[in-house]
Amino acid sequence: MIIQVCIGSACHLKGSYKVIQTLKGLIEAEGLEDQVILKSSFCLGACSGAVSIQVDENPVEPLHPEEVIRFFENRVKGVTQREIHRV
Amino acid sequence: MRTFENQVQLVKYEVLKEVARLTFQDQLEALYVRIPNVVNPGPEPRFRCCIHHERAVTKERIKMAMGGTPAIPGVVEVLDAACDQCPVSRYKVTESCRGCLAHRCQAACPVGAIQVLQGKAMIDESKCVECGRCQSACPYNAIVDTLRPCMKACPVEALSINAQKKAVIDYKKCIQCGACVYNCPFGAIQDKSEIVPIIRKLMAARQPGAPQVYAVIAPAFASQFNYANLGQIITGIKRLGFRDVVEAALGADLVAVHEAGELLSHLEHHRYMTSSCCPAFVDFIHKKHPQVLENVSGTVSPMIAASKLIKAVDPAAVTVFIGPCIAKKAEKALPELAGITDYVMTFEELISLLDAREIRLEELPESPMNNASYYGRIFAGAGGLSKAVVATALKLTPASDVKVVAVAGDGIKACDKLLKLAKANRLEGNFIEGMACEGGCIKGPVALHHGAKDLKALEAYAKLALEEDAIAATRIFDDVEIALGRKLEKRVG
Repeated sequence: MIIQVCIGSACHLKGSYKVIQTLKGLIEAEGLEDQVILKSSFCLGACSGAVSIQVDENPVEPLHPEEVIRFFENRVKGVTQREIHRV
Repeated sequence: MRTFENQVQLVKYEVLKEVARLTFQDQLEALYVRIPNVVNPGPEPRFRCCIHHERAVTKERIKMAMGGTPAIPGVVEVLDAACDQCPVSRYKVTESCRGCLAHRCQAACPVGAIQVLQGKAMIDESKCVECGRCQSACPYNAIVDTLRPCMKACPVEALSINAQKKAVIDYKKCIQCGACVYNCPFGAIQDKSEIVPIIRKLMAARQPGAPQVYAVIAPAFASQFNYANLGQIITGIKRLGFRDVVEAALGADLVAVHEAGELLSHLEHHRYMTSSCCPAFVDFIHKKHPQVLENVSGTVSPMIAASKLIKAVDPAAVTVFIGPCIAKKAEKALPELAGITDYVMTFEELISLLDAREIRLEELPESPMNNASYYGRIFAGAGGLSKAVVATALKLTPASDVKVVAVAGDGIKACDKLLKLAKANRLEGNFIEGMACEGGCIKGPVALHHGAKDLKALEAYAKLALEEDAIAATRIFDDVEIALGRKLEKRVG
């Protein structure tokens, strides 16, 4: 899984750094470094919402810095573990 | 409303805009021959002796807009049709000569070149050594110095006059600072442009999957567009087709952190270090003071750092630096730096692209741009770079015994003085900031504005920064690996 976090100006102001730091911490805490690649990106073209992120080739979505933990629990942790089970 | 600083800027702009317009329409090759008739419709000339001369000059400007002469090694060229063959002899006696009795001019002349005939002083050009003593001696200011503006502006004596009385650039001496481009009142020296390939990359980027084009904008942009606010300029650049606009000031923050660390370790074994951001200053050292090369910072410039940052995030990216500088066009093509910043565009060229697309900045919504710190942004004004490096060095090692004392070389002549002092071990400081343009980058040769308010505008933009300092602004890139060092070796040839 590749998660791109926008570090363009609009998102930088809304807290890209916090999103990246929190996600990085969670990925390390869960030992998912091999399965989740965290990348920064420039403008993803959806500047009006919260911090823009993109998971794999899915549509760009907004992610508020306060909601990173919930996002991680629902969208990252469960999914990557399912992938492991399948393997 | 846009105003032009002078008519030289206007005629250059008119040609750039037409070339840009045709390139956007993908009709450049077919229609560029018609541009002289569009720009100079005639039948009356606007500035020159006749319409044919104006069109001949326009043809040369079209050539420059389309990349110039590949065989000419520099990024600036003399336009022969535009060079007005200014006077060759330097000192002239004017009508103000009153034919006095004292003849101080004659007494002052060390070579006996002045005679007084029929009550007027005359200078024998074959004897005159152009020392200027007669001029300072005359109580009526009747003797004028008609040194060519290009030669007067050139800090490295790279300009001379050929047998046809045209200006000639010696590229072995030229440091590409662009002072002659800005100072020639006829606009007869111009910089080579890359707008054609830039526009083609922008057009190609519209195709799905094609490489994206990113703009790196110099902090000097803050003083350039007094008719639009900063956020509107960012929107305008994005409307041209750039995927994103990144502050060169963010690259400057990276440079400040890297260079401050480098300075502290350099000073353990050396007396001083110089900055390396200004490519004309670095070139000046290569050409005039190669002995001090070991004291030149090995950190890349903010333009290169910002471009590297973009390519670290998006490896397929095409990077375009937009700034007030001509020397950057030479810097990005240096063998050791080639392929990092792909193209360099000036503010003059930027407005021609915006107008070719009929993008009116003052009517656009604003886009945010706030990644860099105050310190990264003030790099563009004289003294700003050293302020940033000193502040960052202090923050990196607050308890260090080494006290960083910066001296700012504002303009090549000031830099020359500081380098000579450094060689003689008499420099009162240990960090030299070298800036080829007096006043710093905001006074660059292809800035749209050279006004008293420029520095204020830069300071205002710098103060808008949310990031506290260079270290805070760059923390987000701790995980992005970017090599910011470069090797400075003696250049051959």
